[in-house]
Amino acid sequence: MGVAVGVLALQGDFHAHLTVLQHLGAEVRAVRLPAQLAGLAGLVIPGGESTTIGKLAEAYGLMQPMRNLAAQGAAMWGTCAGAILLSRDAHRAQPLLNLMDITVQRNAFGRQVDSFEAQLQVPALAAGQNGSSKPFHAIFIRAPMIESVGPDVEVLATLPAGEIVAARQGRLLATAFHPELTADTRFHELFLRLAGK
Amino acid sequence: METQTGTVTLKRGLAEMLKGGVIMDVVNADEAKIAEEAGACAVMALERVPADIRADGGVARMSDPAMIEKIMETVSIPVMAKCRIGHFVEAQVLESLGVDYIDESEVLTPADEEHHVNKHDFKVPFVCGCRNLGEALRRIGEGAAMMRTKGEAGTGDVVEAVRHARSVLGSIRRLQSLQEEELMAFAKEIGAPYELVKETRERGRLPVVNFAAGGIATPADAALMMQLGVDGVFVGSGIFKSGDPLKRAKAIVMATTHYQDAAIIADVSKNIGVAMVGIHVHSIPSTELLATRGW
Repeated sequence: MGVAVGVLALQGDFHAHLTVLQHLGAEVRAVRLPAQLAGLAGLVIPGGESTTIGKLAEAYGLMQPMRNLAAQGAAMWGTCAGAILLSRDAHRAQPLLNLMDITVQRNAFGRQVDSFEAQLQVPALAAGQNGSSKPFHAIFIRAPMIESVGPDVEVLATLPAGEIVAARQGRLLATAFHPELTADTRFHELFLRLAGK
Repeated sequence: METQTGTVTLKRGLAEMLKGGVIMDVVNADEAKIAEEAGACAVMALERVPADIRADGGVARMSDPAMIEKIMETVSIPVMAKCRIGHFVEAQVLESLGVDYIDESEVLTPADEEHHVNKHDFKVPFVCGCRNLGEALRRIGEGAAMMRTKGEAGTGDVVEAVRHARSVLGSIRRLQSLQEEELMAFAKEIGAPYELVKETRERGRLPVVNFAAGGIATPADAALMMQLGVDGVFVGSGIFKSGDPLKRAKAIVMATTHYQDAAIIADVSKNIGVAMVGIHVHSIPSTELLATRGW
């Protein structure tokens, strides 16, 4: 068995993440309650509705335990709604983990009819066993953008107009798009490398 | 750099993001706010909930665009709206408003008794109702990016939702036990496109996200549908026709997430006020059933 990682399974496309991570050899666990965080080396917060996930996390006392997990050195990766939850500010009153020094703008590209697919250059994906510098096919669904990053945050990918759509701060990773909906597993491999360190 | 919009991946992808959630019917901006506050993953904007459509009678049509826009301005979660079966101009209007999903719904009075909307023509995704696997795959063949089992809307009686979910999910289990050469006859028997029958067998599930709808009124109803194997639930009249909508809405959201945890379902079911009164499905004349609309 590989490294033990969890996927927050309150609402959203958590199954897609579980499937990819399992396929990559990780020991995976769906997390709905605080006790299920014990012993995890990493946690994915999936796509979904950030307000829904935040409210459910608050209702069952998951917010502080998730912050504690990150403080203990676990890797964390938020995709879309998950990236919003990792941020320190989303310009709306909603529960946030305030773990990454990033601010986000929700629904930054418009409504569903404006959702889009695009090829991204992500130099950080060239490392690792199956690493490659080929573009990453990214799926943006009512996506947020990362509008500002603090000094400790590394920008991993931008759109041609300059919008930041992927960033990393130590073992914390945020993507505005959904690698779990594609067959390209390089972001999941990067997350597992961060969790395994 | 080339970007694409309106693709099948993006349409089905939004439904992936709704999974494990509750989509609530709302008739004005105040109800939409309550739904968002309760943790709904999307709202369905409509002028009258199914229970009122049933009580009022007459022709039920697409809602006033001004009312839909008001709801879109009020909440940050996705907003869905209904068009009549086969009414592709109502669908065009809803697309131009920028709604996030269109429900081609049997709850409204059908505009076409033979054909559904060709949903491939649209950039906005569609959700459609189904009572069985054949109906589901016909709708997906027409371009639906999400399904919901129909139930009997506006009754508060979950029996039809259970019947239709069991029908769809049971047929998929039977399909998986068939041999390759039996698939064409199966496709013919259920009136479904062969390629989609094959895809469903390979995946062991519908090719798109599948919610339950129609008659869900309590946290236990929602968890029942989740345990039967659907991906999430629509709640129509069940919330705002109850005694304490915010409490009940929150409880249904919790029960949908923790659907396998009876202690949590018990806890959230305490003191949430009176459920909608409901109508027993067998007391409704067959000509007035909504679920039989759609072909």
